[in-house]
Amino acid sequence: MVDSYTNVSVDKIIAEFKDVKSGLLPALHAIDEKYKVIPEEALVKLSQVFNIPVSQIYGVATFYAKFAVNQRGKNVIRFCESAPCHIAGAAELVAAFEKQLGIKAGETTLDGKFTLEFCQCVGMCQEAPVFTINQQPYFNVSIEEIPEILARF
Amino acid sequence: MSLAKEQRIVLNNYDKINPASIDEYIAQGGYQALKKALTMSSAAIIDELKASGLRGRGGAGFPTWLKWSFTAPIEADQKYIVCNADEGEPGTYKDRLIMDKDPYRLIEALTIAGYTLGATKGYIYVRGEYPQSQQSLNTAITGTKAAGMMGKNILGSGFDFDLEVFSGAFAFVCGEETAIIESIEGKRGEPRIRPPYPGTVGLWGKPTVINNVETLANIPAILNNGGKWFASIGAVKYPGTKIMTLSGDVVNKTFVEVPTDTTLYDIIYGFGGGVTGGDFLAVQVGGNSGGVLPESLLNTPIDFDSMMAAGGSLGTGAVFVINDKRDLLDVVKNMAHFFTEESCGKCTPCREGCQRLYDFMVKVCDGKATVKDLKIANGLARVMNKSALCGLGQAAPTPVQTAIKFFGNKFEEKLLQNS
Repeated sequence: MVDSYTNVSVDKIIAEFKDVKSGLLPALHAIDEKYKVIPEEALVKLSQVFNIPVSQIYGVATFYAKFAVNQRGKNVIRFCESAPCHIAGAAELVAAFEKQLGIKAGETTLDGKFTLEFCQCVGMCQEAPVFTINQQPYFNVSIEEIPEILARF
Repeated sequence: MSLAKEQRIVLNNYDKINPASIDEYIAQGGYQALKKALTMSSAAIIDELKASGLRGRGGAGFPTWLKWSFTAPIEADQKYIVCNADEGEPGTYKDRLIMDKDPYRLIEALTIAGYTLGATKGYIYVRGEYPQSQQSLNTAITGTKAAGMMGKNILGSGFDFDLEVFSGAFAFVCGEETAIIESIEGKRGEPRIRPPYPGTVGLWGKPTVINNVETLANIPAILNNGGKWFASIGAVKYPGTKIMTLSGDVVNKTFVEVPTDTTLYDIIYGFGGGVTGGDFLAVQVGGNSGGVLPESLLNTPIDFDSMMAAGGSLGTGAVFVINDKRDLLDVVKNMAHFFTEESCGKCTPCREGCQRLYDFMVKVCDGKATVKDLKIANGLARVMNKSALCGLGQAAPTPVQTAIKFFGNKFEEKLLQNS
């Protein structure tokens, strides 16, 4: 679930990591897990707490594909497009999701419920093609099963 | 059919024990190697590793004892051992098998490494895509602490050691050892210029050894059974076993742990059960950075040096089979695309080169490439091999290069005539 962002709770998350030497990435993970976005206010706060320029924090937050500085949907669906999934029909699966949700990969549904993204190998190549919803992998899904899977969210 | 046999060292406990239970790990002989190590000198442990001939299982094949021997003698107020568990090469899931099914083995190995190197703190950098592996390791770390084998004065030896799981955040380049260091330090995962090497100037400027999961997982068995035992298994120059993970057009999409003198043929046709959907066309070994190899090379043993001599690489041990019904050029285009997504952008040969090689493959697939384009692509690939800052950029041209080398006819068919 995506909680509405408040300064107080971001402060609370960041405070947990401020004395940890390697705390910046864990703090970004914690913010990402709670809000599915790294809000601008959090970038500024992280900059103050870790004494690192905002530009550098922004650089870090945008380097890693897990983090987004623009709001994603409540549920992030990521399709592996690496070669083992590619030859197993990943493109057909993506097209079917796009049709079902009425958006293209890289976009979020108007109701903010789903974001479709591409990703690279998630290390589950024994059962390609693979996609993940909120990090949970799905294997060998047929196009007919998609509406039922989406209905669970 | 194949006569080759599996031999499980690092996967010895796979599905034999409850991965969360330290008691079950101990019942299988777990922590005997640590106990033995704590009675040995650092130099004696390194000698045992030297006798074993163990070399890195992450792709670079560097002798483990040699890496350790640089850092162990250094006097420093702090040293670090880092486990590279950022397994990201497409087609690879070997490290996941170890972390999910036998996490205590890895923790025991890291503790031995810490003791040998004089490193009191370790990190396991696990890719963000493996939350279940992170959980498995965290459970095992808690279990190890409860059993008194992590923390202060381990088993009365006077050695203190602490271990932490650090999550990656979806960046392939963070499988590169200096990019891992940057990432733990809270920076963009961009590789560092070497020298200095991490063995002397690593995490927060301190001497740091970085080893792959599978490499480390061999160490308890080496200490228990002796380096000589290990050296007698598989290929002489790259002894031991290797986990190979099969994907693509192969009957059994599975994993095997085999002696390193096993051939590609035995892996694909023996353990893999042969090719599905058509006849054999090509195999990419070692992940997306690996070579795309033809049938004539299937008798190559998988060990590091034999694969390299054949014009490929062992890499991570991924075996991605492609049948003759596939459009090979389209698959190679996909491989080239991967690097446009995953190049970190720090050095020019990789940042620009990956994009240009992908553009070349698009042009080839569209039937618009010329003979001159092919020559330029080959030249660019060599520049990247030689001048990219890290292994990612140096190996990024490999799929395109090897496809041109071994499947040149496929390119020729698609090149513009009279160009």
